[in-house]
Amino acid sequence: MKFRSYLFSLLALVLVLTLSLAIGSVFLSPSELWAALTGHGSQTSSAILWSIRLPRTVLIALTGMALSGSGAAYQGLFRNPLADPFLIGVASGAGLGAVIAMSVKWPYSFWGLMAIPMSAFAAALITVFIVYSLARVGKTIPTTNLILAGVAFSSFATSLTSFLMLRSTGEVRRALGWLLGGASQSGWTAILAIAPYLFIGLGILIFSGHAMNLLQFGDDQAQQLGLNVTRTKTILLISSSLATAAAVAFSGIIGFVGLIVPHVMRLWWGADYRRLIPLSIISGGTALLLSDVIARVILAPQEIPVGIVTALAGAPFFLWVLRRAKNQGYW
Amino acid sequence: MLKIENLSVHYGLRRVLHDVALDVQSGEVLALIGPNGAGKSTLIRAVSGVIPIQSGRIRTNGDDFDALSPMQRARYIATVPQAVSLPPAFTVWETVLLGRTPYLNFLGQPSTKDEDLARRALDRVSALTLAERRVGELSGGEQQRVLLARALCQSTPILLLDEPTAHLDLQYQVGLLELVRELAHNDHLAVLLALHDLNLAARYADRIALMVGGEIKASGKPEQVLRPDLIEAAYCLPVEVVRHPFLNIPLILPKSQK
Repeated sequence: MKFRSYLFSLLALVLVLTLSLAIGSVFLSPSELWAALTGHGSQTSSAILWSIRLPRTVLIALTGMALSGSGAAYQGLFRNPLADPFLIGVASGAGLGAVIAMSVKWPYSFWGLMAIPMSAFAAALITVFIVYSLARVGKTIPTTNLILAGVAFSSFATSLTSFLMLRSTGEVRRALGWLLGGASQSGWTAILAIAPYLFIGLGILIFSGHAMNLLQFGDDQAQQLGLNVTRTKTILLISSSLATAAAVAFSGIIGFVGLIVPHVMRLWWGADYRRLIPLSIISGGTALLLSDVIARVILAPQEIPVGIVTALAGAPFFLWVLRRAKNQGYW
Repeated sequence: MLKIENLSVHYGLRRVLHDVALDVQSGEVLALIGPNGAGKSTLIRAVSGVIPIQSGRIRTNGDDFDALSPMQRARYIATVPQAVSLPPAFTVWETVLLGRTPYLNFLGQPSTKDEDLARRALDRVSALTLAERRVGELSGGEQQRVLLARALCQSTPILLLDEPTAHLDLQYQVGLLELVRELAHNDHLAVLLALHDLNLAARYADRIALMVGGEIKASGKPEQVLRPDLIEAAYCLPVEVVRHPFLNIPLILPKSQK
């Protein structure tokens, strides 16, 4: 079961990765892909692969992984099936942070790019703190409060983001496409800029499955079983916010991936967070890549922002989860 | 085994425990009784370490629990919480194995020895057949047994139970308390439990402590504490205390309030 779940998820990821590399204005067949990857391809196919398709694919995959991994972590931390970086406002907060960094007149350089995820991370942390304090009643965080606080803060942050973007000219205007969740800013530098946040954030989350399992029983029981609850929660909040910031910094606001993927994984493979988090990370990459492929082909040759695809698929799913949670007392 | 000395706990300005002193020896069951709001659950939670204490000490032989990390403390004290809603998607097996947490590293990968102990704990509470079930599908009595198994899995010398019989049918109340007494008498655990039912306390506790308003009003053998004058004062209700028809214990019969 354990082995099968990983095998299945990894196979799906490899399949969609190949699809994402192959599909575009110029179709690359698997043999052309392989030749270009190993350095024996034609000049055109190598150029397409290495400077366009591969960075875009890697960025999208990493973004999906980060969103889904942090979604699973937020669901576990808040003990709430509807927590996801988008719904609780963290993604919009991080987006605001990113746009603030963009609107400061950084020279469009390496360090300018580095500042974007850093600022996104700081804003994500502040957002978590605000939403958490707004939604908290005593020791619990009721679902409705969490979603209300998240949505309220989210629209505030989004409006501020739009304001900043409309007010400024040039560089930031490019971010409009970014805001809707398109990887137009791709490039290897962007990947380099988010890599440390991603690897630290997701790295910690992958190893926190046991602590997450304990937290599902509530703070009291977790502590009685030997967990240092306050310290663990702080570390996990910071880690998930690191991952969210990394995802948002260059890929924009992409909703629902962090909600859907962990849910499907839980339905298929069970509630054990030691498995749920790694599986959510792997399949988050798969899901977002698949959405990106759809976004590229549905109106080809024009492409639509991937955030539109995930929202179109995700919003109905969200309503279904809401109903299910209500009917079954799911948690 | 468990020594509580001059323990005081405040919630904000409200004093919920005042100068509580108790000793629980290995091999005995000490029952906390008292009206709602007397501080029984607070005392259990304070000893388990989830609420901060303002003054006093909780210790075992030499060690002061305040100086221990949650993990070290969980090797001394296991707690069966008051009827709680458990995360329904976890299986019984996964839930019970979490009792091994204080002995695992942060990855929480149990060894075959840990799994062996979990199996034995489940067997002890006669719940081995439930192992693959999800805790959300269990009845209240079954959930309580699973939580007891998880506590046993912690292999601690001290066991705390907060109202373990609440919401249980009569046969489960008796079954659970008989098992708890056996754990004290045969396995030499020091057991501290909060109980609502005075007659169950009389029957299954070696000693009883009566709490009122955050203080211990009386403690000792059941017949020393379950006296009409003490009970009437604590519960503001006239009672009749008679001998149990065939056990040598007191039986409390409430009289009408009018």
